[in-house]
Order: sequence, then structure tokens, then C-alpha cells
Amino acid sequence: MDPSQPANQLTNAMDGMDEVIKEFLVESNEGLDRFDHDLIALEKDKTSRELLDSIFRAVHTIKGTGGVLGYDKLVSISHLGESVLSRMRDGVLLLSPPIATALLAMADSLRHILEQIASSGQEGDSDCSPVLQRLSDVLKEAPPTAGKATAEGVSAPPAEAPDSDGAPRLGEILITSEQCKAGDVQAAVQLQEAGDPRPLGEILVDNRAVAPAGVADALKAQIEHHDLSSNTIRVDVGLLDKVMNLVGELVLARNQVLQFTGTQEDSSFLSTAQRLNLITTELQEGVMKTRMQPIGNVWNKLPRIVRDLSVGCGKRVEVQMEGAETELDKTIIEAIKDPLTHIIRNAVDHGIETPEVRVARGKSPDGRLMLRAFHEGGQVNIEISDDGDGIATEKLKAKAIAKGMITAEHGARMSEREVLNLVFAAGLSTVEQVSNISGRGVGMDVVKTNIEKIGGTVDVQSTSGKGTLLKIKIPLTLAIIPALVVSSGGERFAIPQVSLVELVRCEGEQAGHSIEDIQGASVYRLRGNLLPLVYLNRELQISPAQGAAQSVNIVVLQAGDRQFGLVVDDINDTEEIVVKPLSKQLKSVPCFAGATIMGDGRVALILDVLGLAQMAKVVSELREKSLADHGAKSTDNPDARESWLLFRIGTEGRMAIPLSLVSRLEEFPVSQVERSTGREVIQYREQIMPLVRLAQAFGHAAIADSELLQVIVYSSHGRSVGLIVNEILDIVDQRVAVQHIQDAGALQGTAVIQQHVTDLLDVPALLAQQHLSSKRAVA
Amino acid sequence: MNMERQLCTFFLEGLFFGVEVEKVQEVIRYQEMTRVPLSPAVIAGLINLRGQIVTAIDLRHQLGLSARKSEELPMNVVIRRDDGPISLLVDEIGDVVEVDEQSFEHPPDTLDGQRREFIRGVYKLKQQLLLLLDTEKAMSVVGTRPA
Repeated sequence: MDPSQPANQLTNAMDGMDEVIKEFLVESNEGLDRFDHDLIALEKDKTSRELLDSIFRAVHTIKGTGGVLGYDKLVSISHLGESVLSRMRDGVLLLSPPIATALLAMADSLRHILEQIASSGQEGDSDCSPVLQRLSDVLKEAPPTAGKATAEGVSAPPAEAPDSDGAPRLGEILITSEQCKAGDVQAAVQLQEAGDPRPLGEILVDNRAVAPAGVADALKAQIEHHDLSSNTIRVDVGLLDKVMNLVGELVLARNQVLQFTGTQEDSSFLSTAQRLNLITTELQEGVMKTRMQPIGNVWNKLPRIVRDLSVGCGKRVEVQMEGAETELDKTIIEAIKDPLTHIIRNAVDHGIETPEVRVARGKSPDGRLMLRAFHEGGQVNIEISDDGDGIATEKLKAKAIAKGMITAEHGARMSEREVLNLVFAAGLSTVEQVSNISGRGVGMDVVKTNIEKIGGTVDVQSTSGKGTLLKIKIPLTLAIIPALVVSSGGERFAIPQVSLVELVRCEGEQAGHSIEDIQGASVYRLRGNLLPLVYLNRELQISPAQGAAQSVNIVVLQAGDRQFGLVVDDINDTEEIVVKPLSKQLKSVPCFAGATIMGDGRVALILDVLGLAQMAKVVSELREKSLADHGAKSTDNPDARESWLLFRIGTEGRMAIPLSLVSRLEEFPVSQVERSTGREVIQYREQIMPLVRLAQAFGHAAIADSELLQVIVYSSHGRSVGLIVNEILDIVDQRVAVQHIQDAGALQGTAVIQQHVTDLLDVPALLAQQHLSSKRAVA
Repeated sequence: MNMERQLCTFFLEGLFFGVEVEKVQEVIRYQEMTRVPLSPAVIAGLINLRGQIVTAIDLRHQLGLSARKSEELPMNVVIRRDDGPISLLVDEIGDVVEVDEQSFEHPPDTLDGQRREFIRGVYKLKQQLLLLLDTEKAMSVVGTRPA
């Protein structure tokens, strides 16, 4: 080892690293136990590559992590052990009892040092030279092969032999700066490995391979690098949160100061306020950044999991990562750890096939698992793809039907994407064999819930036989979100921007017309679709602000897969808000997601869009609606393309009936109308045809009759009924999406026809209501 | 044994209450409050305590006393809790009073039901009686909504 590296400052300095060290100790001890076991097994089966690899790995892990944590002794001992093992791998050395004893002694001394670290945090000053000597003796017996020496000693690849804190090695620096030849360094390293106690630089100078000044420069460069990389400290998150709160306060105080600037003339005060403003903003940004962590922190654990798993199920999987440096808020990093692990497990266990199957399918025997992370539109996208088996949608569908989760008809209508999303349903697994890893059908639903809990979405794409792609979108941070601030009833509310679709403002006159009423439920026509409206004042039982009725502000929101319009008194602005949780006393209120402090220091509540939608019953009712739609489609199909006769009743009522039910349109002079059995009738084609005034039947204000009555003649079973309307508007030929309404009486439902909400007349029901059903209509 | 204990005192509709001083985080004057629609009636609203959002409980309502007149601004007695502070709204703040455990008595039976469960006992001071508030009870919220 290169003794010129600085002493182990990290452990002295940081109590916060306890966790990491603890983890390291546990892992190392486990590794050493495995080392002992495998070494003994290797003595019996000297050629087992697998055992040798496992032993090598255990030592290598201790060396690597020990190096990162700055435990020099661990590193120097395990480095020598690794050299021995690597020669065994190269076949230069064969495990003999003395070598095994030397290696076991190495394990024991590593254990001893680990114990010291556990009790005192230090490596202790026990003398480990006998072990080092023993290992060096072993190495002397078998000189390294030429190619191997470089890999181990001097220009080792960083992954193979990271120096403590990742600083470059002295030898490397000297070679790259062309101060000395690679061969000289190599020779010096060999001397060191053979037990030469002198530092590398000294050997080189003594051998006149390099000028003393060159070594001094290289050492300086190495230390500078070290200083740079040890520039981080660990800070308690609680402390950061506190600092963030205080910065928030500072922002408010700054805002108050800035308000004063309007009334002040003093130029030095103004410029000071300006500076305060800038510094505060930068401080705020800086504090926000402290909470960010690269996603690589979570990802780093995954290759190990994949390796263990793939070994477990006899598969070969290669993990590739892209964008590990993408930063996320710490709380989100924590929250996605488990879902990610689960997805990875699934991919390895179910997705990627065994090497034999893969080869048979013409794929490379190594499965590929790809992790990608990148920022996009204020969100972090994480994509996990594999080139495995993909999801068999038919199988999935069949399973869902078998489990009664969907009906067969529903299944038949489902799109590929809808079927794929069934993987997120609870209790569904297409794997016949339940392994201890996965396949119990719990998990993906938890993955979805966990991701949605932090405001993210997850989507799955898959091609059967080709692979699966999972796309996760999560917000950058939970703590700060962009939000729309609205006010209602004199209070301000923040709406998370993620739920926001668009804003609609209807001014004065227009407002009255564009908002229509269906049986007490308000709807707004948004580009031909009916948008259910929810009045925030009404839902929250607060009284509207005075004089706000001039215009209607609709905030179109997305709740789950549904949209609805939230009517508020006023729309203020968008703002970045800091989300703070509500105390448990307020947990019973379903429609608030938290609270935030606004620029003026007052508290504003954050609306929980989904909770609000559920409270207003928008979500569930709409669900029923869509089910009703599905049901209707499969039966008598009123949604299909059809010709409709549009007409007006009263002054405003818009109605339609299927043209197929209309036998004729007639105009009769009012004078021809006669009365019989208390009903208006007319003589028509040698029959007495009863007349129904639709305006009255539907409770619209009657308007004065014009000279001519507009009558729609409806015939059934040879009998005719005349429906008096106020104006025939149009005949349209279009597909109509019927919105069924309960207790609709003589209405089939409502629909949007020609961008207007139109009631669909149910003629048989109307006739029954008017006691004109065919039986009794015989006048 | 002569045990002394310090109580932070306050007034509610003329009644004299006390809370153990170590439970009180701070006492602050009236803060602008954001009310929470649909919340239980005893919750007066949310206040901003130096960047922390604190739920304020209307003690008058909690104890079944008459509502405060709108021009009378309440004071906040902020109680320390593990899961974040809670503010109790009171009429007026009194002194910190040292009380003698020997002067303590359990609430008299004549105290009516609703109020009784919020009062742990009574200290007989020379001038008047000091009611010891059960802060846990006072901060508990039954999930009822205003009509």
C-alpha cells in the first residue's frame, strides 16, 4: 500500500458515519464468515472457481469499503490477501495448507481490527506485521505474471483497487506526469509487496528512477486531490429541516422589509434591502440543494441485489445505469428505495429468462437490466427496462378474469395498455411458480401505491417476448412544490400544480349560459365534453366573498383518471410552496393535504384534489357513469352513430329524439286543435291524434302560441301521437355519448350535441307518463 | 413533604387555570389565524409560529364556555409535544405561580361533567382557586364537524 495517504481523518471527524460503519462491520463480519467457510470448502475442491470468487469477493469488499472509510490497516492486510487470491485465480498459485493457514490468519487479524473499530471507532495499534509478513512470504513463492502486475500494483483500474477516498496513486501520478517509467514503479511495487517497508516514493528516489522534486510534486497533487474529495461532511437531516424553516422565516422578514422600501427614500436603505433580497434568495436555493441526493445512492445497492438474485435463479443479468447523478430530495430517495428494489426483483425473477431460453430465442445469454434517470419538466423520470420475457397480456387478462377482478366482456374491450396496468392490481400474478422472491401477487400494487403516495406515477409498457419497460415519474421534492393559489370565501388555498389541467374563466353574460344544470348537478361544456363542476365554497361550507359573482373561475383538475372543474372565487397566482403536514387533530378532514406559509406570513391550506373529488362524489359518480356507458354499449347501443332530431321546448330547453322514431314533422294552425277527454287532439290522416305539449310536460314556462304549432308525429303500432315543440332546430348525424341520469323521468339521459347539453327524450316513457301508452291511447 | 411546583396561569371567562410550566413552550400574543373548513369546531385554526404551522385549539369551546366576543383577541399558550406544538387559545395570561402540593385537591363533585374531565384538580390559593388543566385532554379532538 501507498503509505503516503493521509491518516484516517474520516473516522475521527464524523460521528454521523456511525450507520455506515455499522453496516460495514456487519457486512465485513458476514463476509469473513463466508470466507472461512468457502476457504475450507476450497481446500477439498481446489478447482472450484465459484468458491475462489466468493472468497476473493469477501476480501475485496472489505478492502474496497475499508478504503472508502479510511481504515488503512484493513486495506493493507486485505490488499495483500487479495494479491494472493488473485494469483490463485490466475492459476499461478495452488491452494496449499500453508497458504490456507496464512489466509485464515489474515481473516482472523481482519476480524480483530473490526472488533477494535466496533468498540473504539479506531483500528487500534495492534501489530499486524506478522500477518503481512506471512502473506508476503506466500507471494514471494509465486511471482505474478507480467500482465497481472500492472493490474494489481500501479495502474490498476479504479474499480479494482480504489485508493482511500479515491485519490490517485502516487505511482499513477508519476507515470502520467512522465516523471518516471511504468517499469520502475512496477519494480518498486514488487519490492513493497515483498515486504520492503519504505514508501513507494522513497524506493523510487533510492533507485534513482525519479528526482526527489518529482515525488514531492506528485505527493502534493495527491494530497490536493484528497482534500477535494473529503470536502463533504454529514449533517443531520433534522438540522437541515430546522435551517430550512428558519430560511423560510427569513424570506418572510425579507418580504416585509421589501414592503417598506416602497415608502422609503433613503437610497442606502434601498440598496441594502436589495442586497438582502438577493442574498436571501440565494440562501434559500442553497438550503434547498442541501437536501438533494443523487439517485445513485439507491441504485448502488441494486447490482448486488441483482447479482444475488440472478445467482439464485440461475440467470445471468447485466445491470446498466444511466443518469445515476440525477438528484432527488432525500425523502423521495428514501421513499423509492423499496419500490425500486421490488421492481428489480420482479424483472430478474420473472422478466429475464434463463441463459438457455435466451439463447434459444436468439438473445444474448446475459440478460440486460437498464436503469435510467433524468430530469424532465420539473419531474424526475426513472425508467427500468429489461430485455426479458415481457408480460403476456392474454395470460394476465385470463388470470384477472379468473380471479373475478374484471368481467370477460370488460376484458374483451380493454386496450393493451389497460391490460398491462393490471399488473398493478392487488393479488394478481401470472407466474405459475411462486418463488420465495416474488410471484405472490403482492408487491406491484404496493409499488404503485408507494409511488403515488409521493405524488408520482408509474406506467408499464411491454412487448411479449421482447421485454418490459417501467416508467416512474416522481416530483423532485416533496418539500417544495409549485402550486396554484386560489381564494374562496376570503381564504386562500393552494392547489398542487400536478393536478392542474387548465384554467377557465367565464365573464359575466357568458357565465350564465355556459354552465348548465343537470338535475341539480352543474356541468360546464369544455370543448364538447361535459365537465362536472364542484363549488369550493359549497364543499367547504364557507360563504363566498361579496361581489364575486361577476365571473366564474373554473380550475380544471385531474383526480385519478377523471377531470372536474373546481369553481373558486378568484385565481391568484402560481407559487412555489413549502408543504407542511397538518397536525393529527386535523387528520379527520379529508380534503387538505397539508398547509403552507404564504409570503405575507399567513397560513394557507393545501387542497387534496383526490380527497376533494371523493368528497364531492365526482370520482365515484363518474366511475358509475363510465360503467353505465360500458353496459349500454354491449346492450341496445344508443351510443352508436345515429341521426337525431334536435328541437327546442319552452325558451331554452334543448332536446333530441332519434330520427328513426319520428314519422313526420307537421305544422298545424292553432285553430285546428280540438279537445277530447280533457286533452288536446287534432284530426290527422283520418285519426284523432292526441297532442302533448312537451314544454308543459317538462315544466318549462309555456310561451304564447304562434299561429302554427310545430308537431313531431310519433307513430307506434298504427297509432300516432303529436309532440308539440316550440322550434325544430336541426337534424344531426353523430355519435352521441349518453350520460345517464337517475330519476330522469321521461328522459333517456343527456348528451352533448352540437356543443350544447341536450336532453334525450324517451318517448315511450313520456307516453306512459302522459297515459298515452299504446293500450290507452286508443281514443 | 412540601412539594412545590410552578404553574403557568391564564384566565378563561373569569376562571383561573394553570398548566405545568415545563409543558409550556411559550406564550405569545394573538396571531393571525387561518381557519380550517370542515374541521372539528374546537379547532380555531392554524397559526404561523416562526415557520412552523401550529394548530390552535379554542379552549373556551373545548371547555363548553361561552364563545369569545369577536373583538376580544385570544392569547396563545403553546404547549410542547413530541409531535409538534399545539396552541391553546385563552383570554388572558396570568403570572407563573408557585403552588404547594398540599393545597391540591381533586375537582369538587359539584363541577359539572364536561368541564370536570378537563380539570385534574384544584389548588387552593389564598385569593382564589387555581384549576389545573389536563393538557392532554384539552388537546384531544373528537372528530366532530360543525353543523
